[in-house]
Amino acid sequence: MLEMKNISKYYNPGTVNEMCLFEDFNLKIEEGEFLSIVGSNGSGKTSLLNIICGSIPLEDGQIYVNGKNISKEKEYKRNQMIGRVYQNPSLGTCPNMTILENMSLADNKGKIYGLSRGTNKARTPYYQELLQQLSLGLEDKLNTKVGALSGGQRQAMALLMATMSPIEFLILDEHTAALDPKTAELIMELTDKIVREKKLTTIMVTHNLRYAIEYGNRLIMMHQGEVVLDKKGKEKEEESIENLLDKFNAISIECGN
Amino acid sequence: MSFLISILEQGLIYGILGLGVYITYKILDFPDLTVDGSFPLGAAVTALLITKGVNPFVTLPIAFLVGMCAGAVTGLIHVKAKVRDLLSGIIMMTALWSVNLYIAGTSNVPLFSQNSIFKGNALVEALPKGIKPYATLLIIFVIAAVSKVLLDLYLKTKSGLLLRGVGDNDVLVTSLAKDQGNVKILGLAISNGLVALAGCIFAQEERLFEISMGTGSMVIGLASVIIGTSLLKKLTFIKATLAVFAGSIIYKACVAVALAKFDPKAKNFITAILFLVVLVLSMDRKAKVKKNA
Repeated sequence: MLEMKNISKYYNPGTVNEMCLFEDFNLKIEEGEFLSIVGSNGSGKTSLLNIICGSIPLEDGQIYVNGKNISKEKEYKRNQMIGRVYQNPSLGTCPNMTILENMSLADNKGKIYGLSRGTNKARTPYYQELLQQLSLGLEDKLNTKVGALSGGQRQAMALLMATMSPIEFLILDEHTAALDPKTAELIMELTDKIVREKKLTTIMVTHNLRYAIEYGNRLIMMHQGEVVLDKKGKEKEEESIENLLDKFNAISIECGN
Repeated sequence: MSFLISILEQGLIYGILGLGVYITYKILDFPDLTVDGSFPLGAAVTALLITKGVNPFVTLPIAFLVGMCAGAVTGLIHVKAKVRDLLSGIIMMTALWSVNLYIAGTSNVPLFSQNSIFKGNALVEALPKGIKPYATLLIIFVIAAVSKVLLDLYLKTKSGLLLRGVGDNDVLVTSLAKDQGNVKILGLAISNGLVALAGCIFAQEERLFEISMGTGSMVIGLASVIIGTSLLKKLTFIKATLAVFAGSIIYKACVAVALAKFDPKAKNFITAILFLVVLVLSMDRKAKVKKNA
């Protein structure tokens, strides 16, 4: 369970450009929830993910994971229990290393990176099995450098690598936004499958309203650092794209767009 | 013949330095100027130890360890004090000049009368007569080969993979719940350890410690790495670490040929021109993945 309490986040504090994004922001995410977050640009979706992961500092407030306050913990320490996939496919893999080396790196997350052999031959069949479920033919290219793969292939690998080790939270930051519609669909299906299999608590930021409706069991819409819509369970299932769009337009008109 | 042997000797010594520069420049993408200070640091430590009568072979690991410390300090300045990479190296390079003077005592320590790894030890005496003229080259070759193989092996370990990961995509390393700063410090330490080892061998080969011997060593290392990796990149079966040695020998040969035709005063000018030509021809400054998350 993840709980954000009284979160305050300012950009450029102490200058004339000071901008308040979150003030006294609260959000509670239950275990096993698959939460989709939608909202216009600048509404604080990605900042929210960055705050959870510790990539950006916090002015005020606490973040609790299973009752433990992690708001002072460093980013890399929090990542022990978090898997994250970025919008940019090249952020989830090492381009100058082979598929096998990338998978081995991810496989060792949470363990010591010592002087034992980096790639373990005995694990290769397991990696191939994982890659096979992508049906992208990557299982036969273990010694190819990841830099030679397409964006979609890299993103699929990034997703596999982020979820390979035991984690509690999966953070998806518009992870299908840079992909063509067909690949995006494939990645989304794969995401859903992995989340179900591993029973991961998932937070997905997306601009694709259809994905937000179709996948997951909770949906929130954000606007200027506030949650303006929060639907769970049955309520969420009844939500439609048209409804969401109307709500979206209403917000934009308020802003004067 | 002695001209050729001298090129090979110097090429192999600077190849070890090149291995160190390869780690920082190619793997970590960190322009590390500490090299100009850690190369003479290795030599200064060697001069001190040898004049105190320490076994010359013991100076090799000690120089490596002292170099590692210098590299680690550069890393700490960069990671913990958040100083820019280039500036951290310049700060260390400047400080090491005085450190080297303190260690060596003076700016010039002749080692002609002292024993070294090339002279006056049981290993060299045991060599057959026919090989003796090549003893120096042979010993340098063995040390260079061992350094190369050990570095290759290290880069295949889990720790080595992580080091390569930091240079490739530091966001991923953070995602793997590892502090990328610590990995960088480790990389800088290993790199400068190799550079100091090269300095240690160089001092024994030249039988001299000289305070300004490090000036320009960063450029030589860089030139070796760039010549080696860009000239031989088509030959994919050649490992980058081997290419660095090839680059270093080619570079030394070019400088030696140029020096035979020109005045010794022109040495640094030739070095600079050669380096410029190599840079323009290779143009391999890679576009890095920027942290945009």
